[in-house]
Amino acid sequence: MAYQWDFTPVVANAPLLAQGLVNTLKITGVSLGCGLVLGLAFALMRLSPRPWLRLPAGFVIEVFRTTPPLVQLFWVFFALPLIAGIELTPFMAAIVTFSIQSGAFFAEVFRAGIQSIERGQWDGARAIGMNHAQAMQRIILPQAIKRMIPAFLERSIELMKTTTLVATIAYADLLFEANEISQKTFRPLETFTVVALIYFVVIFVVSLLARQLERRLAVSGENTVH
Amino acid sequence: MSLLQVRGLTKRFGKTDVLRGIDLDVQPGERIAILGASGSGKSTLLRCLNFMEMPDVGTVTLDGKVIGPSGKYRESELTQVRQRVGMVFQQFNLFPHMTAVGNVMEGLRTVRRQSKAEARTRAEKELARVGLADKAETYPAHLSGGQKQRVAIARALAMDPEMLLFDEPTSALDPELVGEVLNVIRSLADEGRTMLLVTHELGFAYHVATRIIFLADGTIHEQGTPDEVLKNPRQERTRAFLASHKQFSF
Repeated sequence: MAYQWDFTPVVANAPLLAQGLVNTLKITGVSLGCGLVLGLAFALMRLSPRPWLRLPAGFVIEVFRTTPPLVQLFWVFFALPLIAGIELTPFMAAIVTFSIQSGAFFAEVFRAGIQSIERGQWDGARAIGMNHAQAMQRIILPQAIKRMIPAFLERSIELMKTTTLVATIAYADLLFEANEISQKTFRPLETFTVVALIYFVVIFVVSLLARQLERRLAVSGENTVH
Repeated sequence: MSLLQVRGLTKRFGKTDVLRGIDLDVQPGERIAILGASGSGKSTLLRCLNFMEMPDVGTVTLDGKVIGPSGKYRESELTQVRQRVGMVFQQFNLFPHMTAVGNVMEGLRTVRRQSKAEARTRAEKELARVGLADKAETYPAHLSGGQKQRVAIARALAMDPEMLLFDEPTSALDPELVGEVLNVIRSLADEGRTMLLVTHELGFAYHVATRIIFLADGTIHEQGTPDEVLKNPRQERTRAFLASHKQFSF
C-alpha cells in the first residue's frame, strides 16, 4: 500500500513550529554573537607572546573542538550543577555551550585570517609608530575579517544545525516542537520534511545575504588584490 | 653630535650571523647609500635601526639617547623611535583597505591622535609633494608600483621623521617606473634630509649619497665618499661587487 502523504496536521500546528523557529533563531543568534566575541578573544590570546594567555586559550579551543557538542551540552546542563552548584535553565545552558563551542571554532577562523595577512602589513603599521594593538585594530583585523567571511558563514550554518541538540534538554526549539507534533499527529515524515524545508530556507537566505555582503566589501576595499 | 650612533650591532637569525658588530655614525643631513650583495645584511641593518628587527647585541643611540637597553625594549619607546626614523619598504606595504590619502593620514590619526581635518590637510600636502595630489581617493590596487611607492614615501614623511630609511625602494618596480621614485627621493635629498638608502641603483647612489657603505658578511667592508668607493675601491670584494653590476654608470 502506497504511503498517503498528508500535510494538514503539520499545517494545523504551524504556530508551534513558528515558536520553535523563533527559539532556534534566538539560540543561534545569541550564541553567534557571544561566539564571535569569545572567538576573537581566544584568537588574540592564542596569538599572544605571553604563555599565561596563550596556553589556557589553546586548551579551551582544543577541548571544545574535539569533543561532541552533545556531550558538552550535557556537561553544562547536568554536570555543572553537581560540580559547581551552578544551575542553568536549558536556554542558558545552550547559550553557554554553543557560545564557547562556536567561539572555539571562530578562534581558529580568526587566527587563520590574522595570520594570512602579509608580514609587510605589520611592518607598514609599525613603521609609522603604531603599537601592536593599534596595528591589529586598524590594519590587520579589517583586512582579515573580510577574508574570513566565507568561513564564518560556514561555521554559522553549522551552529544553527548544531542547536537542534537543545531538544535533548527539553528546550522548545524547532526540532523539539517537530518531535512533539509528530508524536501527537503520527505524521513524523511530513513534520520533519517541513522542518528540513524551514532550515533550508532560513540558511539559504542567510547565505545569499552573506554573499551579497562579501561582494560589497570586495568592491569597496579591494583588499585581496595585490 | 651624531644623530644616530650604532655600536657593536650584532644580529643573528637562527645559526646565521647576519650582522657582526656594526659601528656607524650618522650626522644630520648625511645621505648614506648601503651597498652589498644579497645576503650581506643590508636590509637587516636598516631594519635594526628602527627596531623592525631587534638587535641581539650592541647599542643604537638616537640623538644622544640610548635606545634599550638591548634585549629589554619597551614597546612605547620603540613606537617613539619609529616615528622619528621613518621607513620605506621594497614592497611598499601600503594598507590596501585605505585610499592613498587614508594611508598617509593613518599615522597622524591613530598614532598622533590628530583631528580628521588636520590630518587630511597634512596628508594632502604630502601627497602633493610626491606628485600624487590627484590620486588621494584612489585605492592602492589601482595605483602603479611607482605611485604606490610615492604614497608610501608620503606616509613616512607625514610623521615628520628626523631620518628616513629606504629599503631597496625601487627593486620591486618595473624599470620605467624607477625614475619617478628616484626623483622624489632626490628632491628629499635636496632638502637636506638625513637618509639611509639600501639600493642597487649605483648611479643614483653616486649622485645623491654623501657616503657609501659597502657591506659584506655582516660587516662594513669599505666606506667612503662615492668617488672613493665607487670609482677607486680599495678592497678586492668591493671591486668584484661593482664589476658584477653591469648598469654601473655615472
